[in-house]
Amino acid sequence: MSRDGRRTPAPAARPGVVGRLADFLDDRTGYRAVVHEALYERVPGGARWRYVWGSTLVFAFMTQVITGLFLWASYSAGAQTAWESVYYIQHEMAGGWLLRGIHHFMAQAMVVLLALHLLQVVIDGAYKAPREVNFWLGLILMLLVLGMALTGYLLPWDQKGYWATIVATNLAGIVPFVGPSIQQLVIGGPEYGHHTLTRFFALHAGFLPVTLVLFLVVHLTLFRKHGLHAKQPLTRPDAMFWPDQVLKDAVAMLAVMAVVLGVILMPALRAMLAGEAVVPGELGAELGAPADPSLPYAAARPEWYFLFLFQFLKVFEGWGATGEFFGAIVVPGLIMAGMFLMPIIGNWRLGHRFNVAFTLAILAGVGLLTALALNEDYAAVWVNTTALAEAERLSEQTGGDAAKLIAAVGGDRGKAAAIEKQWKTLERVRHSQAFLDAVKQAKADAARAIELAGRPERIPPGGMLELVRSDAKSQGPRLFAQHCASCHAHVDPLAEDAAAVIATSSAANLFGFGSADWMRGLLDPAEVAGPAYFGTTAHREGDMVNFVQNDLTDAATWPKVHIDAVVAAMAAEAGQPVPQESASLVEKGRELVAASDRCGGCHAFRDNGTELGSAPELTGWGGREWLVGIIADPTHPRFYGDTNDRMPSFGKAKEGGIAPLSSTQIRLVADWLRGEWYRPTGH
Amino acid sequence: MTHSHQKREEQREEQREEQPHEQRQEREQPAAADTANSRRGFLTKALAVMCGGLATLVPVAAGVWAFLDPLRRGSAAATFIPVADLAAVPDDGVPRQYPVVTDRVDAWTGFAAEPVGAVYLRREQGSREVQALSATCPHAGCFVEMESTGRCFRCPCHNSSFTLDGGIVNPSPSPRRMDSLECRVGDNGTVAVKWQKFRAGVAAKEVQG
Repeated sequence: MSRDGRRTPAPAARPGVVGRLADFLDDRTGYRAVVHEALYERVPGGARWRYVWGSTLVFAFMTQVITGLFLWASYSAGAQTAWESVYYIQHEMAGGWLLRGIHHFMAQAMVVLLALHLLQVVIDGAYKAPREVNFWLGLILMLLVLGMALTGYLLPWDQKGYWATIVATNLAGIVPFVGPSIQQLVIGGPEYGHHTLTRFFALHAGFLPVTLVLFLVVHLTLFRKHGLHAKQPLTRPDAMFWPDQVLKDAVAMLAVMAVVLGVILMPALRAMLAGEAVVPGELGAELGAPADPSLPYAAARPEWYFLFLFQFLKVFEGWGATGEFFGAIVVPGLIMAGMFLMPIIGNWRLGHRFNVAFTLAILAGVGLLTALALNEDYAAVWVNTTALAEAERLSEQTGGDAAKLIAAVGGDRGKAAAIEKQWKTLERVRHSQAFLDAVKQAKADAARAIELAGRPERIPPGGMLELVRSDAKSQGPRLFAQHCASCHAHVDPLAEDAAAVIATSSAANLFGFGSADWMRGLLDPAEVAGPAYFGTTAHREGDMVNFVQNDLTDAATWPKVHIDAVVAAMAAEAGQPVPQESASLVEKGRELVAASDRCGGCHAFRDNGTELGSAPELTGWGGREWLVGIIADPTHPRFYGDTNDRMPSFGKAKEGGIAPLSSTQIRLVADWLRGEWYRPTGH
Repeated sequence: MTHSHQKREEQREEQREEQPHEQRQEREQPAAADTANSRRGFLTKALAVMCGGLATLVPVAAGVWAFLDPLRRGSAAATFIPVADLAAVPDDGVPRQYPVVTDRVDAWTGFAAEPVGAVYLRREQGSREVQALSATCPHAGCFVEMESTGRCFRCPCHNSSFTLDGGIVNPSPSPRRMDSLECRVGDNGTVAVKWQKFRAGVAAKEVQG
């Protein structure tokens, strides 16, 4: 082959089989000319590292096509299958975590490479005549890539993608006149669901990449037509694209892939160094809890490269609808328009400098907004709140009222102003803490969903959301917080701040309800009337407290072993496992509970014949059925009857009315209180 | 081997023969460019473009037609959905969150009694009147929550804050106050709200879908 490869000189000897086959192919296809055209491009001034960005972008896109096609082979776009299939890819398929991890992080790398490519083109002035059209094509390609990033975020149908998409599509909806129609077309109907996924998937894996390929072909063709825009001055002799520049490009591609793999594998390396087990499913891209329109998601944030747009919406506080229209539509539109005008502006004397300054200003603005967004979200991590203790106390004291504050600090206006400033900081910290708590909650919800999905019974046809909604471990605390926590505490008495939490509750601390420890506390004269048991309820001065404080303290009738027996019997009643050696103790306890001169005097227990109505029945006390019963209706004669103090009948509805809790919800609360939920074996 | 070589040579021979024929025709064309012929030429071109265009238009039109289907699907007519019992809404002026549970259709899937969202209900002391606020933020559609201090509402996305009765706390990115929902208290004490969604990000409260 000659040095420039233009023509294969006639071989002196008869060519071998490969050579002849190549000759045959070239004769029929003319492939040699095509390959030559592709590889032997002159690079003025020799190969340079600064020319690699375009090639790395093509490489990143090809990586996305390859990994995307393989992901497609396992993905199912549907409201009851999207999360489920992504779970299966991530946590069950061999190598699925790696495939998804590469796709996820290469998408982020692509955004970074786009910025670098754009920056290089602008700084080098490669957008000027005759390359204007190619610059415009590049900007369109950038928008297509960002569109693919936006649509891809939804596809796992987890809380994160779902709420981010709600915001993004609502923003599309504020465009005048056509906005609502665009929104409805994109989400495939009036509500988010199956067709939101099928449409986003079609956009993400069909319309957008096909359009991108078309534009990319023209982009590359024009690039070749105009030749490489060499950075002046040329210090070295010209070189050929192959192999000089290709080598540099290939090294850059490898570096990009190494970074992506590094991000995926770093946690594994860290775990290995710490001697912990590596769970492949936890490597690479995250998968949140399944999308739930009825569950608030306070950790909602877009992907990091869209954080600046997210933050930009907050800039227009107090502008009303104009602000949102400005922030989401007008300003981004103007910036894009400014970029499209760069080749024309570049013709003016100072145009190029203006363009460089404009691009750097945008990047600086993006950086600043991103930093502001992160600062708001993570303020609680680095703001020292101990110095704000007084401000916090005053805030609670005055209810945040500025007029009351001045009175509270003795009319010192200067101090009041300082405190008010600290209130602002406190507010920031509080918002940040709420975000961090929400992130923690989101992680816990995600981990639980993944744990449930791995049950031997698998995910039901109704999808993961159905399973999560019927899970006592994740639903119990929410229902309890909403319906029970205004009176009852649920905190481990051994926990650090338990006393404070218990002190603020008016009814019993239900942590460990049904356990021997809980019962022992109830029978403790020092505790029964305390905040952890009858608290501030009417029962505080009732018969039970009287009994525990006066009768149980009489060691002659109630020796310690009897109390132990009652405790053991009640725990057994609640379904706690009875060890072999305690069997006789439980038996003794049951006799004591039933006896008419002991507990049985007031409480019905098994067949002791005591009438219902004077005190809660103890048969099956603390068990699932008993708990469901008392939550549903504590006024039932089986429980407190007409001595019930303020506890609502959560399961009782008036004629044609609605009960505060459905029977399913009551069961969830009962199961959660009893600690009955799915636990994976080996944990 | 020689046989196939020969065949290839023959094929080339044929190609060479064909080429001049085509070239001859092309050369002749401009020479015979009288008005009738040029009109015919235009007609041929126009017809070619029209036929090709029409043929391509069919699949595009079919695709776009189906793609536009969602535009003719409105939300189900808004109905009053019972969300709580009056007795379960504390009359302390502090809003509480209640799930909205109703039947829902998502394209081909029908859900019976599914949580679809949430409302905040608020009642002043001794009043039988209940104020209902949609938990959907009028700014960009996130889920508005109560501040941990219990003094106001706050949207976790862009910090829109609202007073307990839904008014805007300035400065706020939200273009309007929280959306109030029509609310009825039945004779039996059932609180029902008219479940509607409103267009986000605009000053006017427009029903969506």
